[in-house]
Amino acid sequence: MSKEVTGTTWNVYDANKLTQSEIYGQVLCELGEKYPEIVGLTADLAKSTKIGLFQEMFPERFINVGIAEQNLFGIAAGMAKTGLLPVVSTMAAFASMRAAEQVRTDICYQNLNVKIIATHGGVSFASAGTTHHATEDVAIMRSFANMTVIVPADGIETANAVKAAITYPGPVYIRIGRGFEPTFYKDANYGFEIGKAVEVREGTDITIIGMGITVLQAAEAAGFLAENDDLSVRVLNLHTIKPIDKEAILKAVTETRRIVTVEEHNVIGGLGTAVADVIAESGKGCAFTKVGLQDEFAEIGYPEDLYSHYKLDADGIIEKVREIMGKDFEEDDNWDDEV
Amino acid sequence: MKVLKQSKNKQDKMITNEEHKNLLQTARTIRHAIIDTTMKAGGAHIGGGMSALDIMVTLYFKYLNIDPANPDNPDRDRFVLSKGHSAIGYIPVLAERGFFDKKLLDTFNKFKSPFGMHPDSLKIAGCDASTGSLGHGLPMSVGMAMGAKIQNKKFYTYCIVGDGELNEGSNWEAAMTAAHHKVDNLLLFVDRNMHMIDGPVEEVMSIEPLTDKWRAFGWEVLEIDGHDLNEIAKAIDTAHATKGKPVVVIAKTVKGKGVDFMEDQTKWHYGAIDSEMGEQAHTSIDKMYSELGI
Repeated sequence: MSKEVTGTTWNVYDANKLTQSEIYGQVLCELGEKYPEIVGLTADLAKSTKIGLFQEMFPERFINVGIAEQNLFGIAAGMAKTGLLPVVSTMAAFASMRAAEQVRTDICYQNLNVKIIATHGGVSFASAGTTHHATEDVAIMRSFANMTVIVPADGIETANAVKAAITYPGPVYIRIGRGFEPTFYKDANYGFEIGKAVEVREGTDITIIGMGITVLQAAEAAGFLAENDDLSVRVLNLHTIKPIDKEAILKAVTETRRIVTVEEHNVIGGLGTAVADVIAESGKGCAFTKVGLQDEFAEIGYPEDLYSHYKLDADGIIEKVREIMGKDFEEDDNWDDEV
Repeated sequence: MKVLKQSKNKQDKMITNEEHKNLLQTARTIRHAIIDTTMKAGGAHIGGGMSALDIMVTLYFKYLNIDPANPDNPDRDRFVLSKGHSAIGYIPVLAERGFFDKKLLDTFNKFKSPFGMHPDSLKIAGCDASTGSLGHGLPMSVGMAMGAKIQNKKFYTYCIVGDGELNEGSNWEAAMTAAHHKVDNLLLFVDRNMHMIDGPVEEVMSIEPLTDKWRAFGWEVLEIDGHDLNEIAKAIDTAHATKGKPVVVIAKTVKGKGVDFMEDQTKWHYGAIDSEMGEQAHTSIDKMYSELGI
């Protein structure tokens, strides 16, 4: 875990160090050397999304279409049809909503090899307000047939995800933050595989399932709860929301009987819903709660304030875990005292 | 009823008399196939299928570098029917060109058919793009043309948009991009048949002055009769010779071209044909072509 996060509070990462999007920009340059078919595209966000690093190295393989996201994804689809491998970067709000139909109809329907790196996911562009937040993108993208949806925990995982996506068939949506998020992993060799959740901490009393920035917070919370509440908390990094790792979720259902999902997203349609689908279809019940934005648009504020307000930081997760641990979960006929 | 216009000036001819005759014969065969297919399909966007047909016939039977035996050749020319609802005209063209058995047309619109109202590129051999939602084809075509340039490939990309379709803003985003990046390996046709679902284009949402609009966006603009095969051919040759900017051809067409009771009628944007109407339509098509000496 990163030293920048102390105790159970959220701290902004030192912006002088490599950020999630900077790492993505660098990795893309490395991949660009290896794969001449990669082309980079953006809509006036080369600087903000860090795909500009690729532009500097491969100017002849980079297209900035201006502020025109529908066109951005249509052009990417056309380029993919000619055998190129477009990597498209813009903000998550615009990729998932302004250009939703182009992503769905031009790219997913035609099952094209287009990789979307959507930055400023969730409420990471905090003070920018709801126009620049993306708290629906995972729900939208996972509802498109053929689409793979990945939300990396940090910059290292972003690098792993981008590398894996390049050789993974079909459209892939990778959602990252604004670039100032703290790191979780120390190195890249922890066994990243698209579609496979990573158990970042073992536990038997309850499982916290996170994606993106909440993985670090969940791990922090789990450590605190082990020390102070004598709880054995499992933490799953469910970096791939689709295809979802049913096995890891069902293992958590049977082995810990309690699950808390934590997502920087509306609780409708995102990580929590995806996990709930798996639980419901299994026929095996468990105590379950979804932490995230409770069907509301986010407040304005600094990221750490928003993460705290929506219980997405370690403090909030600890509170939610204690809530669910305090309720009965028993296998009798009395449903009134269940969670 | 309007008939196909013959070019007056012989020097304008970019196709030989024999080619012209063969293309007319092919168009005639396909117009009949469109009527039969529409009858079996229970209805189709026949008006726009007929208006765009002569452009598609000229492309598919004279210009496109394609091979029905190798439909996925990466170096083939690309064609995007952005006004995907004209699939009823497009799919019989692909069948006639030999991409698949014409008998398959009988399945149009039916359960598990590769053909519905809008073309699916993963299901139809020879179809380069799934279209139907308007305003998507031009951005994809610009991407294909730019993809060719990035890879130093020589193939050319052709696209047909509807005139009503130009209400969609995404077309103008793509228009800006194509001009900015000097995409000169792309030819766009506007099927200017003057009608959209709710009425005449100029009444529902006017697009004039259309030529000025395209010029202002940095495109080379040509205006032709979209049913005159010589004019279509000449426009294509002019586009091929134009460097440094994209070319748009505003093709003045007639909705429902060839079927007297459908021509220039908004209501024939979409329709079903019973056997009596079918017979009348076939007769009308034959009459038009016999007047042209076919």
